[in-house]
Amino acid sequence: MSFVRLSVASLLIAFGVSVAGQGAALADGDAQKGKVAFIRNGCWQCHDYNGQGSVATSNGKVIARTQLPLDAFISFVHTTNGAMPPFRLQVLSDADLTDIYAYLQSLPEPKAAKDIPLLNNDVRTQ
Amino acid sequence: MSRKTTSPKLNRRKFLTAAAVAGASGAVAPAKAATPTGLEAPQKLPSALPPNAYVAANEAGNPQMPQGESGRPGSDFMVDVIKTLDIKYLPANPASSYRGIHESLINYGKNTMPEFLTCMHEESAVGMCHGYFKATGKPLMTLVHGVVGLQHATMAVYNAWCDRVPVLILGGNDLDAAHRAPGVPTFHSGQDINAIVRDYTKWDDNPVSAEHFAQSFVRMYKIATTPPYGPVMMSLDGGLQTEPVRDYGQPLYIPKFFASAPPQGDMGAVKEAARLLANAERPVIVVDRAARSQEGVDLLVQLAELLQAPVVDQGNRMNFPNTHPLSRPASVINQADVVIGLELSDYWATVNGFIDNGDDGVGKNITKVKPGTKLISISSVDLLTKSNYQDFQRFQSIDVSMPGDAQATLPFLIEALKSAISNDRKDAMTKRGDAIRQAHAKGLDDTKQLAAIAWDATPISTARLLTETYAQIKDFDWSLVSTAGNTSDWANRLWPMQKYYQWLGASGGYGVGYGAPGSVGAALGNRDLGRFSVSIQSDGDLMYAPGVLWTAARHKIPLLAVMHNNRGYHQEVMHIQRMSNFRNRVANIGNDLAPIGTSIMNPDIAYHDLAKSMGWWAKGPVTDPADLGPAIKEAVAAVKDGQPALVNVVTQPR
Repeated sequence: MSFVRLSVASLLIAFGVSVAGQGAALADGDAQKGKVAFIRNGCWQCHDYNGQGSVATSNGKVIARTQLPLDAFISFVHTTNGAMPPFRLQVLSDADLTDIYAYLQSLPEPKAAKDIPLLNNDVRTQ
Repeated sequence: MSRKTTSPKLNRRKFLTAAAVAGASGAVAPAKAATPTGLEAPQKLPSALPPNAYVAANEAGNPQMPQGESGRPGSDFMVDVIKTLDIKYLPANPASSYRGIHESLINYGKNTMPEFLTCMHEESAVGMCHGYFKATGKPLMTLVHGVVGLQHATMAVYNAWCDRVPVLILGGNDLDAAHRAPGVPTFHSGQDINAIVRDYTKWDDNPVSAEHFAQSFVRMYKIATTPPYGPVMMSLDGGLQTEPVRDYGQPLYIPKFFASAPPQGDMGAVKEAARLLANAERPVIVVDRAARSQEGVDLLVQLAELLQAPVVDQGNRMNFPNTHPLSRPASVINQADVVIGLELSDYWATVNGFIDNGDDGVGKNITKVKPGTKLISISSVDLLTKSNYQDFQRFQSIDVSMPGDAQATLPFLIEALKSAISNDRKDAMTKRGDAIRQAHAKGLDDTKQLAAIAWDATPISTARLLTETYAQIKDFDWSLVSTAGNTSDWANRLWPMQKYYQWLGASGGYGVGYGAPGSVGAALGNRDLGRFSVSIQSDGDLMYAPGVLWTAARHKIPLLAVMHNNRGYHQEVMHIQRMSNFRNRVANIGNDLAPIGTSIMNPDIAYHDLAKSMGWWAKGPVTDPADLGPAIKEAVAAVKDGQPALVNVVTQPR
């Protein structure tokens, strides 16, 4: 069986990675390009496709709609010496990070847990 | 030989016994052993013997086994021994090197106690034994082929070792080079097949007589089931299985098994631990494999409530109910002035941290606790550590260290604490408990809100995966038998874990491939106990030995497997990304989404079709979160009808 060759962009479509609000852009970044950069550069690996993160891989940190200012965000990604490995300028440009930032800001606000029946009726209550 | 000979012939088995004794004493009697009649006068033989008729026939490519002798097969007696220990099942992949005992088990033994379960890989067989024990508290045995079958089994044996689970492993072997068949049986024989697992088994033996087998089988059962539990190994000689059993003039007997009392911590150390805990301002109880049964869970609740201290459950077993208000996350350790660790697999990492992001990618160490924090440990693993494989982790200095079984020691610690807690401490302890309760309630609200993020996303979030699954099983007496792969611990964060069997932990040694067989083994045990088994099955784990799906269908083992199909070896996805970052290189993802060599896509695997082909009810791929609940509901109905069922769900990474 031959392998199917797919581009990152087509894989995003194939797997239906959803981005509510895609196409929304900050003044300095393009959320749609940012989504592609988020996937191509491996951000999704620890932060999941929608920036919700994981206790296992992002220490529970949520980066969807991050509260960091853009310049602090870029600086952190380039220089972090915490659990996250740094993506230095040679690996990820400021322009890409600006687009990624726009993508993260474009992600929708989550529903309130109280408005999701399963999270009220079908999980532990104590 | 000290034994009086009653047989007129020196048979093959007696030769082995004689050789073993002679070898131990440094004596050698090769000429006598090589003669066909044994008791004839020793002859002076040339160094190279001419071929006899048997050897000549083999060399001519037409081998014939020696004529059988009349009498009761040795393996029938072995079955008698095995039946004294109430071993219910024997999952195994068939092999010629244990054909003698295989035949005895299914014919002489009527294929009950134990019942032979057909497996398609030795790793699956050992994994099933592993999972079964954790669900039931009863050990199983398995048979493996000499050399190659045991080689297949090794990773699963290592997992059982690291997870402190008893598994009885018998490996077929044919020691007698003069009589074993040439070709494959010789390739699959070894002088000491146990050597390959000796570093990660508690004990092993190579019996050379029926009586030796009886003693060693009961001994291995006793050693395996005495805490700290662990796998044990026996090489089972082919001749000993097939030749008539001999008693050498003494009646054969089967030793009666009595369980050993588990080792307890030293009472002086217990009292010192109680004194430290009673006088602590912020004591923290950390547990990993502390509970061996529901009784252990109940004892931990007593300890926590007596002390009004938070409990951090590291989760290699279900130790402490996550619904209990004193259940807290690991972050509380940071403020502790006394930490008591019960059966921790890694005490160092409990009070320290490692950041894989140092200069040159070496990593950095940090401490999590304040200077002066007192550390107490009760761990039976201190009695078991071996030197080669590194399951003992980094060394941690401990103020009060008790080599002993935590569950067995807890009643004494609780009594000592009652005496050590003065009345003037009780108000402060009550206030401490109230604060912990408030933090627990707030933590649950925060957890639910985190689960809501990406609730409607595609691929499906792991929080949604676990919530939808629980919604369909919550009314049953359920048991989460495995969460192979990483789903951000949503099961422990969202499902109420209150009974010991509701959470069985992981593989122990992190050998990927445990999830599927461990789940099937646990589901087997749960089936007989009337419980509903559910697993979260990851993609990479399943593909190591998917034949265990057939075993589940063949033996009618009901199990709901909900797949966490993130289409990659995700730990390795991140490792290669990390290394690329350290070296300032863009990770080469080829035509996939993840670094080359780490994806399981292009093509995607149709796990639902794979499962269907082996007799499972299956559905998938599910990509829309709205379809997930209904799909699982259908699968649950199939499981309730006694079938294994799989739902292939395309998920987010973690």
